[in-house]
Amino acid sequence: MTDKKKISIVCFSGEFDKLVAAYTIATGAAATNREVTMFFTFWGLNALKKKQGHAWLGKDFLSRIFNWLMGGKNNLPLSRLNFAGASPKLMTGMMKKNNVATLPELMEAASALGIRMFACEMSMHILGVTQDDLIDDVKEVVGVATFLNESEDAHIIFI
Amino acid sequence: MKHFLDITKETCPMTFVKVKLQLAKMDVGEKLEVLLNTGEPLENVPRSCEEQGYKVLSIEPTDNEKHLILIQK
Repeated sequence: MTDKKKISIVCFSGEFDKLVAAYTIATGAAATNREVTMFFTFWGLNALKKKQGHAWLGKDFLSRIFNWLMGGKNNLPLSRLNFAGASPKLMTGMMKKNNVATLPELMEAASALGIRMFACEMSMHILGVTQDDLIDDVKEVVGVATFLNESEDAHIIFI
Repeated sequence: MKHFLDITKETCPMTFVKVKLQLAKMDVGEKLEVLLNTGEPLENVPRSCEEQGYKVLSIEPTDNEKHLILIQK
């Protein structure tokens, strides 16, 4: 066997449809023999919070307000036609009806496939989010230098 | 021992994901029979299995545009 091809995906966006795209590429790549790394930064971190709804995370007033407003996995908005949060639920229903994997199913598959997940140290610091606030799939909190070192020879996709 | 997996109701990327996870659970030498649709799954599931070092022993068409492939881990 030759060396594995590598793909690194930067999950910057915290929008439902963009995270579905990121996890679809990630799981598809991992299942077709590629080494996959996902790096979650800024709004993308919301998908990884243990608390899936609105929660007062953070230490100071502003970070607590920000985190409560953003919420977690259950509050990810659609990038277009969000209709005050109704659309992600409607979209999930349409995905189920058409036998397309939902975001929780894709996230579970990513975990089962052993995809490496890093969280961005800098954005976590700004938002007052700690590694304890994130799901166990996040093995490490790293900076951009580590991400780039780990993504040497990889295709980097920014979503 | 021969395992069986029907991915005809799955869509991308779960077609590949289910095959990969099933193969991961099996012991070396065991066989997996996969029922899949023509098109993307038929073109890419056997290829990605071979890239991972598994043997694709046979690819047989069944009726109604599906195929049975036999993979050995």
